[in-house]
Amino acid sequence: MRAMIVKEFRELRRDRRTLGMLIGMPILLLLVFGYAANFSVSDIPTAIVGPAAQQVADQVQAANSPFDVTEVLPQDDKDSATTLLVDNEVSVAIVTGVQPPEALIDGASLFSAQTAVSAIHASGLDVQIDVLFNPDLTTAWVMVPAIIGLILTFIGTVITSIGLVRERESGTLEQLAVMPIRPSSVILGKIVPYFILAALDMTAVTLLGMWLFGVPFNGNPLVFALGSALFLFVVLGLGVFISTISSTVGQAIQTAFFFLLPQILLSGMIFPLDAIPWGVRWISYLLPLTYFVEISQGVMLRGTPIDHLWIPMVVLAGMAVLVFAGAVARFRRDLGPSKHQIRKAAEAVAT
Amino acid sequence: MSAFGVEELTVRYGDTIALDDITLSLPAGEVTAVVGGDGAGKSTLLAALVGLVAPSMGVVRAPDDAHLGYLPASAGSWAELTVMQNMMFTAEVFGDVEAARVEELLRRAQLWQARDRLARALSGGMRKKLGFCMAVASSPELIVLDEPSTGVDPVSRVELWRLIADAAVSGAAVVMASTYLDEAERANRVLALDHGAALLQGQPDELRSAMPGAVARVDEPRDPRLAWRYGRGYREWFPDANTPVPAEEPDLETAVIVASLARELEGGRL
Repeated sequence: MRAMIVKEFRELRRDRRTLGMLIGMPILLLLVFGYAANFSVSDIPTAIVGPAAQQVADQVQAANSPFDVTEVLPQDDKDSATTLLVDNEVSVAIVTGVQPPEALIDGASLFSAQTAVSAIHASGLDVQIDVLFNPDLTTAWVMVPAIIGLILTFIGTVITSIGLVRERESGTLEQLAVMPIRPSSVILGKIVPYFILAALDMTAVTLLGMWLFGVPFNGNPLVFALGSALFLFVVLGLGVFISTISSTVGQAIQTAFFFLLPQILLSGMIFPLDAIPWGVRWISYLLPLTYFVEISQGVMLRGTPIDHLWIPMVVLAGMAVLVFAGAVARFRRDLGPSKHQIRKAAEAVAT
Repeated sequence: MSAFGVEELTVRYGDTIALDDITLSLPAGEVTAVVGGDGAGKSTLLAALVGLVAPSMGVVRAPDDAHLGYLPASAGSWAELTVMQNMMFTAEVFGDVEAARVEELLRRAQLWQARDRLARALSGGMRKKLGFCMAVASSPELIVLDEPSTGVDPVSRVELWRLIADAAVSGAAVVMASTYLDEAERANRVLALDHGAALLQGQPDELRSAMPGAVARVDEPRDPRLAWRYGRGYREWFPDANTPVPAEEPDLETAVIVASLARELEGGRL
């Protein structure tokens, strides 16, 4: 048995990935669940509009409330308050100048909305509560747009990397490298089917979510499609990248798990971003799913137009260019040295 | 020098020299066997020929991908496609392969009956034959086969060899890596590699007749450094040809072993 234990430790020492998982994963989980796993939001971004905005803002800030007043707009009215919610700039907007004052609450930010409703009820103030975008605060309405992103991530990273690594594992990748087929055709030929499958899956899940859970689709489907396509390029790029650093299907799945877990935990899909302290939240903003969730919840629930989603769109486009191009370049290198390199080597000898 | 081959080819992986100054010509219509033990550099030489490895020094003369057929050391076919789907994929990529050519190849390889079977469901020998058919489907000018018969049963090896010989007869230059010296004996030319360097090169008959000294079967070797087990006894190399018993007619395997021993002896490593 001693020999067996020693052998196992020797193997583990050389298996950096499993070692990383054994050491890194518990630390990640501890940090995430210790700091980020928090459903109660202590600072709800709040706007106050209308003639008594400043007065109400002072009262709210003086009271020990979860409302973090970020906008005080005495000249604005209910319409502009609603726009602030559609744009996801605030989660609560209090409209003054009407009796009783009206609290518009973003139901798409589920936990902020629940905290806000409880806080208003607890204050005993006479405030008219109006929950927008998700009036019954249904969890499924918030989860379905995020789950779509998770499914795209799964297909993009796990399934794509497995498909590519299998080609390497079976030795057919070198066969392709020698055939009269351009590297770009090999790469696109491998990726396009997953792109199509992911797009079909996304459509099916969106329609099923709408049908089964009554999730609304208030925005423009084309904006949603554009955001999904950009996001898909990022996750497919991650899948290609994972395939270039994995020799076996097992390794690919293990590595994909490293990319998948932080996205599930930190993208705002489960724990609200507003509840995650900045010490951990900055990681959220490095993750593509964070931006997709913003787009999908924005389009489906709030009906946010494209001009108010440009930041997540641009970030995803940047990530897509960076990750996809980098991963494809690495994959291209795996298809053997280019003819140019070989010619250069030959010329070096000739001189 | 013929159209295809390598000249003064050296391939380095970091500090390791995988191939050291190899020159090999591959005449059309002939089968050239590259033999050697594990790590001798056979696969590296073939990989350099097909462009999978860039030479550190030297020149590789090979046709472009459209006129090159390659069977990698792995199965060389897609496991989840049927025999016919594998062939049709190859035909489509090469572009100029007629359906009649595919049928002819599959019939000659005795795979026609199995054309609808998944490649992963084929036996090792059948899978190799499929890989071979895919490599030669476009009637390439140079056919590069990396250990086509390794792990293949003796009957399939004979069939595979017949297909290889047919391809050479039809005018292609064929180069194949092999660990089987009896197989190499059937090739027109042989290159024996040892630790990346050329140990022997020429026609099998030439190599046998050029063997220095003589080899005899003995029960007890006089010099154990120059003897190797053979059946119940030993074969021993006598560099001065002064054998205690009548010398044996050397086969290619003996010639290669002797060349290796001679090199060790010269280098003072024995």
